[in-house]
Amino acid sequence: MINLLRAIRFTFASAFVLGLLYPLFGCLIGWLLFPFSSQGSLMKAGREIVGSYLIAAPYKGPEWFAPRPSAVNYNGDGSGGSNDAPTSPALLQEVQANMRDVLKANPSLSAQNISPSMVESSASGLDPDIEFQDALDQIPRIAKATGMSEAWLRHLVESHVIEPRLGLYGVPMVNVNELNHALAQARKGNGS
Amino acid sequence: MEKRRSWSKAIAGRAVVDALVKFDPRVLVRNPVMFVVEIGAVITLLLTIQPSLFGIQSTGYQAGARFYNGVVTLILLITIWFGNFAEALAEGRGKAQAETLRRTKAELMAYVKRDDQWEKIPASALRRGDIVRVQAGELIPADGEVLEGIGSVDESAITGESAPVIRGAGGDFSSVTAGTKLLSDELIVRVTANPGETFLDRMIHLVEGAKRQKTPNEIALTVLLAGLTLIFLIVIVCLPPVAQALGVRVDITSLVALFVCLIPTTIGALLSAIGIAGMDRLIRFNIIAKSGRAVEAAGDIDTLILDKTGTITIGNRLAYAFLPVQGHDERELAAVASLCSLFDETPEGRSVVELAKQMGIEYRREDYARARNVEFSAETRMSGLDLPDGTRIRKGAADAMKRYVEAQNGRVPSDLDEKVENAREGGTPLVVVENDEVYGVIYLKDIVKPGIRERFAELRKMGIRTIMCTGDNALTAATIAREAGVDDFVAEAKPEDKIRLIHREQEAGRLVAMSGDGTNDAPALAQADVGLAMQSGTQAAKEAANMVDLDSDPTKLLEVVAIGKQLLITRGAITTFSIANDVAKYFAIIPALFSAFIPELGALNIMHLESPRSAILSALIFNAVIIPILIPLAMRGVKYQPQSAMRLLMRNLSIYGVGGVIAPFVGIKIIDLALTAAHFIGGGFSS
Amino acid sequence: MTFSGVLAITLVLAVTVALAVPLGRYMYQVFDGEQVPFDRVFRPFERVLYCVTGIRPEVEMDWKAYLRALMLSNAAMGVFAYVILRIQAWLPLNPAHIGPMPPYLAFNTAVSFLTNTNWQNYAGEQSLSYLSQMIAITFLQFTSAATGIAACIAFLRGMRSRQANALGNFWVDLTRALLRVLLPLAFVWSIALMALGVPETLGGYVTVHVLGGGTQIIPRGPVATLEAIKQLGTNGGGFFNANSAHPFEDPNVWTCMLEIWAMSLIPTAFVFTAARFLNAPKLGWVLCAFLTALVFLGALVVYHAEAAGNPLLAKLGIHGPNMEGKEVRFGIPLTSTFVAVTTAYTTGAVNAMHDSLMPLGGMVPLVLMMLNCVFGGDGAGMLNILMFFIITVFICGLMVGRTPEFFGKKIESREVKLATAAMLVHPFVILIPTAIAMATPAGRSSIANPSLHGFSEVLYAFTSAAANNGSAFAGLNGNTPFYNLMLGLVMLFGRYISIIAMIAIAGSLAAKNIVPVSEGTLRADTFSFGAVFVAIVLIVGALTFFPYVALGPIGESLQLALRS
Repeated sequence: MINLLRAIRFTFASAFVLGLLYPLFGCLIGWLLFPFSSQGSLMKAGREIVGSYLIAAPYKGPEWFAPRPSAVNYNGDGSGGSNDAPTSPALLQEVQANMRDVLKANPSLSAQNISPSMVESSASGLDPDIEFQDALDQIPRIAKATGMSEAWLRHLVESHVIEPRLGLYGVPMVNVNELNHALAQARKGNGS
Repeated sequence: MEKRRSWSKAIAGRAVVDALVKFDPRVLVRNPVMFVVEIGAVITLLLTIQPSLFGIQSTGYQAGARFYNGVVTLILLITIWFGNFAEALAEGRGKAQAETLRRTKAELMAYVKRDDQWEKIPASALRRGDIVRVQAGELIPADGEVLEGIGSVDESAITGESAPVIRGAGGDFSSVTAGTKLLSDELIVRVTANPGETFLDRMIHLVEGAKRQKTPNEIALTVLLAGLTLIFLIVIVCLPPVAQALGVRVDITSLVALFVCLIPTTIGALLSAIGIAGMDRLIRFNIIAKSGRAVEAAGDIDTLILDKTGTITIGNRLAYAFLPVQGHDERELAAVASLCSLFDETPEGRSVVELAKQMGIEYRREDYARARNVEFSAETRMSGLDLPDGTRIRKGAADAMKRYVEAQNGRVPSDLDEKVENAREGGTPLVVVENDEVYGVIYLKDIVKPGIRERFAELRKMGIRTIMCTGDNALTAATIAREAGVDDFVAEAKPEDKIRLIHREQEAGRLVAMSGDGTNDAPALAQADVGLAMQSGTQAAKEAANMVDLDSDPTKLLEVVAIGKQLLITRGAITTFSIANDVAKYFAIIPALFSAFIPELGALNIMHLESPRSAILSALIFNAVIIPILIPLAMRGVKYQPQSAMRLLMRNLSIYGVGGVIAPFVGIKIIDLALTAAHFIGGGFSS
Repeated sequence: MTFSGVLAITLVLAVTVALAVPLGRYMYQVFDGEQVPFDRVFRPFERVLYCVTGIRPEVEMDWKAYLRALMLSNAAMGVFAYVILRIQAWLPLNPAHIGPMPPYLAFNTAVSFLTNTNWQNYAGEQSLSYLSQMIAITFLQFTSAATGIAACIAFLRGMRSRQANALGNFWVDLTRALLRVLLPLAFVWSIALMALGVPETLGGYVTVHVLGGGTQIIPRGPVATLEAIKQLGTNGGGFFNANSAHPFEDPNVWTCMLEIWAMSLIPTAFVFTAARFLNAPKLGWVLCAFLTALVFLGALVVYHAEAAGNPLLAKLGIHGPNMEGKEVRFGIPLTSTFVAVTTAYTTGAVNAMHDSLMPLGGMVPLVLMMLNCVFGGDGAGMLNILMFFIITVFICGLMVGRTPEFFGKKIESREVKLATAAMLVHPFVILIPTAIAMATPAGRSSIANPSLHGFSEVLYAFTSAAANNGSAFAGLNGNTPFYNLMLGLVMLFGRYISIIAMIAIAGSLAAKNIVPVSEGTLRADTFSFGAVFVAIVLIVGALTFFPYVALGPIGESLQLALRS
């Protein structure tokens, strides 16, 4: 009985320390030291919050850099993957549909040089990054839709490229949110 | 000896029949692994009678299902029979021996003292405390202690040793054993054991294995094996629902076959045979262990406590050198010493004569027929010879001899003490005096038994420390210890010291073995984890010990340790082999089970077995025949060489572990080829 | 597969070992009780806690008392978490206005976090309030790890005592594990994660108009603090549904590495701690070398399988690695390392969807969880290692002709019985529920993918629950009464039966004398013995699960190979 009482007392005491003090103290430190990242790396256009740099938004329309396919339709509070097995017919259908879309949107591409990441859906459904080459592949389409020069777009992509860390970890990639944010700023600047 | 070793056909013949009796589930349930095989056999038997009994009968197997089920049933029964046979065979030798002993026992008659009359009654009516009379030519009716008389006894019925031994009242040689034969004289014996408790009874129990209880280690292994069996049971029982959901229809008979192949039937079948054979091996070494537990403990021994005399050294000291004092040379001393010992029949005396003879000095007894031999007495502590011309030659302990010389106003040479000290190192000095003149010192030395040093080195490799106990002084003890290569010694040891030593070692967590024969050894024998008493020793010592050596050879402790280890190793080796076998069996049976429905799994048929059925039967047949193939190994025990634990492990693992993985791949393939060649089973893999 | 990829995997694992060695020493000092570093810092806090909770730290417990305290504390915590989940709708810190968790799901969730499993039949961003994330989830992630650590320390203490009954004091061990090991580490990790981009805020979800048109909800919360203990405590239960694949939980390769190190840190350190307790310093290196090699091998297999890509898609013209269910930012080598580490260390966090791994890639996490002792979780993994060590020592002891000794303690039938029981639990609670699930419509209806892969989903679920891992072939819909209940029970059995058995063994070993080492002793702290240990673990694992793995990933892999 004493043991049970002690167990209950310990539960409340430790829940207070670990379940309240610890995370609240974390929030305080985050607010003080990392005001940007602790609040969700929010992306602003002017004063308006237009998303998070870390969360892929659904960029529909040919004028935006398209993120990777999402099994959850870029639903911010419903992250997840397709969970399709490699042998599943559903996967084949999905990939074939994505291929059709990509080829339709980017007529300059052929099936042979589409990278897997652009037709296979991401794990979170919110993957904000695309491979460097995938961004380059989209330039002709965006140039056509926005009237911006391919050279400028190429420069934009290259200036945002994230190289593998230490040369070992990751692939050359760009964050679509950053690209599209820069794209939006540029268009606003152009007055279009 | 020979009769024990013999392996008559009769034993094997009886084992064949006994093996059938052991099919009785009430008997078999003691062995959980074989018991579930029997259950499996019942299931396949039912399927033989009615193949669609459980409804799940795949179309692919329809053809000849009954025949196939029947064959599987037969193989399962043979598997069980092999296991039973191994056990029956191991027991057989003991049973045959027990029968002989029992016959001896039944014939025993006794003359017991009732109201001052000697009355003839069957020995089974004797009670502790009865007084019996045994005359030359009669069998001694009960274990007891000699009260009166002395006689020579033929103990070959028990020990197998044909040379008679002397038994007499008082001292350490007063115990007699029922069933042995008095050859001369007459003994009055007080019975010390009630019927059923005599040495003979115990021996009968032991060799019969009637009272054989599983040893702790055997229980632990049985638990582990039962655990593995349970795991495999779950593995098999859970397969049909999973397979069915995937559209795979599995065949019950094949599942039973897979199950029997996976469970450790090899060790399950041989486990008790290994234990019985281990005890039997001890018996053939002429050692009676009171329990299997003691044999196992022997394998764990960390410390061996050995008496110096009789174990490490041969019982007697022998002349090793002549050390003359100033004014005499070695030959002079040798001559006097040899003459002094001419009629001395003690081993020490004979060795002096022998040593002198090697120097070319020899006297003939005939020439000194008129001389008077002076025997050693505890009072004078010297012995010698009085020649007819009045010369008195003496040899004896240094201080006694000094006093003797001084009493005659003789001169004690100044370097005598030094010589005496020299001879004390690892030996005993005997000072030689002619009349009042000191010639020098005979250096009597303890002789370490030949080969003992190597044996201790072996023990050290096995991780066993040896400690020598001796009543000698520290200096002597140290010399012998160095020479024999023991790790430690206790000098000037009293009986209590032994117990203290055992306690000390046991408190440090070590297991201790010792041998002994005297009554004063009894407490130490009882305290030690393994106590080996000599058959020649007192009843008290034999009672206290947990093993008795019928040959009365204290160095047998080393063999006992080896047998104990061998017993465990054999168990471990066959267990490992048994488990390692499963790898190959999986590769035989899994593709066979599933490939009809998931053809891709046929790729796992890496042995390229002919057909699913031949694969399953081959695995099952291999599983059965490996048992009789390993029976000789189980009986003989795995070869044991003293070496460090890690090397031993690696050696045994590479033989029984790696070998256990490879052997069935080869064996199953060969059986499969044979079955196919015989057109026993048709139909290929569907892939 | 490229050289730089293999190098990438190697470096990450090497850093784990480098961090684990000093932590192993520190943990030994903390629990050994002599010369505890930073004692002056921690002691006042402990005093306050002891005072508040009525713990008498000087009381020594025998195995039964220790176990009783362990079970009671866990029961209290489990009930506490269950109640919080049920009433979260009416409690503060619920900016997204999330309703109460339904009973079956709340049972499953409470049990899941209590048992260090962190199987999630819910999506965090939709089903939990901030308060629940903190006081139910984060809290249990601390205490479940600390419970495992305490149980293992008790065992190790039993190994060291000579003919005594005392295993230490559970409350003291639990407190020390929490305050002196987990909390400081979690603090460091959470600040590092925040610095690298992981949110930590009480600010609510933000609904935004995105650039491309339309709206999106950006969920937030106290993520970094949860993330730190989620990994350090080998818990694995994420704040969001996508777990460590979610850009908020794991925004870049640096955070990914931090998370890999966090989950492998304490179990790796534990082998060094255990070695010190067992007075066999070399043992730490032996175990570390062999088990790290297994993790490395696992990562390589995943890397190989995933980098090769899906041959069925190659037929469509898609060449390159299998990116279905993966995030671009991690790259295949780091993703593969994460897959192997999260299952070897039974954490269960995922940064790729295991269900979408190639068959052989998906087999690796399954097999690592079946073995359940390739490091394993905090404390509990070490207990499993020790359990298999006892079995190994027993078999090897026979092979050298001595009653087996386990670091000086004789292994006799009682220990073998209990260790066998502990060994039996794992296959039992995997295979029996899997068979039941496959045999019943309730079990089969949750399956997402067809045929053999569908079976793999069920097998994976129960393996994950039994190993207290928590990762999933997430296509399986676990949020049904059947799976909530079954998985909950499997988690409980998988966790507590082996803890009970091992502490009982500790009790019986503690009472034994320590046999001194001699030439005849089979030294368990050698690389040769380590090799035997690994061989026995692999063989027992293979023999137990081979038919099922053959019907799952192996069969699927062979089908894939033949179809393309």
